Amino acid sequence: MIYANPGSSDAIVSFKSQYGNFIGGEWKAPVDGEYFDNPTPVTGQTFCSIPRSKAADIELALDAAHAAKDAWGKTPVAERAVILNRIADRMEENLEKIAVAEAWENGKPVRETLAADIPLAIDHFRYFAGVIRAQEGTIGELDNDTVAYHIHEPLGVVGQIIPWNFPILMATWKIAPALAAGNCIVLKPAEQTPASILLLVEMIADLLPAGVLNVVNGFGAEAGKALASNPRIAKVAFTGETTTGRLIMQYASENIIPVTLELGGKSPNVFFDDCFAADDGFREKSLEGFAMFALNQGEVCTCPSRALVQKSFYGDFMDAALDRVGRIKTGNPLDTDTMVGAQASRDQLEKILAYLDIGRQEGAKVLAGGEQLEPGGDLSGGFYVQPTVFEGRNSMRIFQEEIFGPVVSVTDFSDMDNALEIANDTLYGLGAGVWSRSAHTTYRMGRGIQAGRVWTNCYHLYPAHAAFGGYKQSGIGRENHQMMLAHYQQTKNLLVSYSQAPMGLF
Amino acid sequence: MTEATSQVSATPAAEALIAELRERHGPLVFHQSGGCCDGSAPMCYPRDEFRIGAHDVYLGDIGGEPFYIGGAQYERWAHTNLIIDVIEGRGSGFSLEAPEGKRFLTRSEVCSIPASG
Repeated sequence: MIYANPGSSDAIVSFKSQYGNFIGGEWKAPVDGEYFDNPTPVTGQTFCSIPRSKAADIELALDAAHAAKDAWGKTPVAERAVILNRIADRMEENLEKIAVAEAWENGKPVRETLAADIPLAIDHFRYFAGVIRAQEGTIGELDNDTVAYHIHEPLGVVGQIIPWNFPILMATWKIAPALAAGNCIVLKPAEQTPASILLLVEMIADLLPAGVLNVVNGFGAEAGKALASNPRIAKVAFTGETTTGRLIMQYASENIIPVTLELGGKSPNVFFDDCFAADDGFREKSLEGFAMFALNQGEVCTCPSRALVQKSFYGDFMDAALDRVGRIKTGNPLDTDTMVGAQASRDQLEKILAYLDIGRQEGAKVLAGGEQLEPGGDLSGGFYVQPTVFEGRNSMRIFQEEIFGPVVSVTDFSDMDNALEIANDTLYGLGAGVWSRSAHTTYRMGRGIQAGRVWTNCYHLYPAHAAFGGYKQSGIGRENHQMMLAHYQQTKNLLVSYSQAPMGLF
Repeated sequence: MTEATSQVSATPAAEALIAELRERHGPLVFHQSGGCCDGSAPMCYPRDEFRIGAHDVYLGDIGGEPFYIGGAQYERWAHTNLIIDVIEGRGSGFSLEAPEGKRFLTRSEVCSIPASG
């Protein structure tokens, strides 16, 4: 089926024509009254306007967050958990609407938002509602009279800067653990994809005490800097790219606060020849694993954008893999059959096209796609790229930089040592995939690849219960999993003597 | 900082935008980003905003403003010349031109073939 465009008469969801910032539980116009246009990548048409906020708006949001933080931090974990569960329930009741809104905002296929983005976000709130209640501090009996108590405390007010590739899911990854741990938030959505988060916040606004979650929109240079460099935040979390990551660390160093950074990767997806040892479900699964580079139009930090295929079955594997890629359905993101929709923005489209150009210049062979996609009709103003397969060498730029498009670069390897050498020959270390029927092979590869997550005989699963984050230049810290609560908590140590005798030193 | 063999240049449209931004923000600096989202995009900041590190590589000036790239990234990009262009866009990050509805874009041309593979 094809969902009607949001805003049309048959649509199941509509956006407002203009949004405010969500500050202290209220919708507020930006202080200096400036807005910017927000287009949908599906057609390229503007569908709403968004506050172009500045430092003054960030300060208002921080005022609201600081006013709320003591009460929120002291709210019993059972109550905080109930609120997170209510947010999840509200999202579940409105799943279809949110999924269509997200597809319209970002260009990703509604097939994906219905089955992955939004259900994962819902589960994420439930996961952190659960783990915060199970979390306990520790008690160490140091000797008969001396006890060390370790108690978790919230950081206070945190700043979070959200990327545009999974606007709602990436916001949830940051919001859920921070709220669970008792922090108040000032969040800045990406300027390419602000509206779906605002629609979601509108939907859940009545569930949260005023000031606990504040959303301020605008550009990095104006609102982002005012937030990240602000002495009134206790931590900043950012997902994006390396130069901005450095700038954010630099700002954080001025205030001596912690950062978590997720800065992308160039993830290898490694296929050993025993994938084809039998003509069975596992063979099919490995081919699907190859095609995963096209998920979310390749706009995933862990896009398996380098495929390493063992020489001994390279020809057979690539024949079948290219057949699979050829059957990917592209086009209207609101069609539930569409697998690859629109790139999120015009500049993203242009960047991908620049990489298709350099791949050819470097001498890589185009095995599939390689061009902008012209879907026709209303979609012609949108930003579409053909799923593309390059064949080349790991030293090429298309093997070394995250293109963030539906583009995979394929090369071959001889044996496990060779595969590890190529897999690790990258500046990044966020994700990786290993495909083999041998437990020995998958374990050795999994331990040998320098990346925060090695999907083994699977790819692109993002459960709340598994830690996600990078080695090398891919960033600092982790997201997801109970252990992420620690990124949003202080440790209070009470070191207590129950002895009534003096130490005898003075 | 080390001197580079790869070169950087700017299109006339990019040079015009650099001049506009300099008028508004004073001296500028460019740093080539990497990684996801808006990685691979050049970031433009007020000159004193971004700390150039000991391992950054100076590639040259564009529109009279210095352009740097991280040292490890430079090693992997050294076989290409960079041509900084400008397009309509909404690129995130903290780059100064984004609020103008414009985005610098790095185009490349191969100047030597990488050695091995």
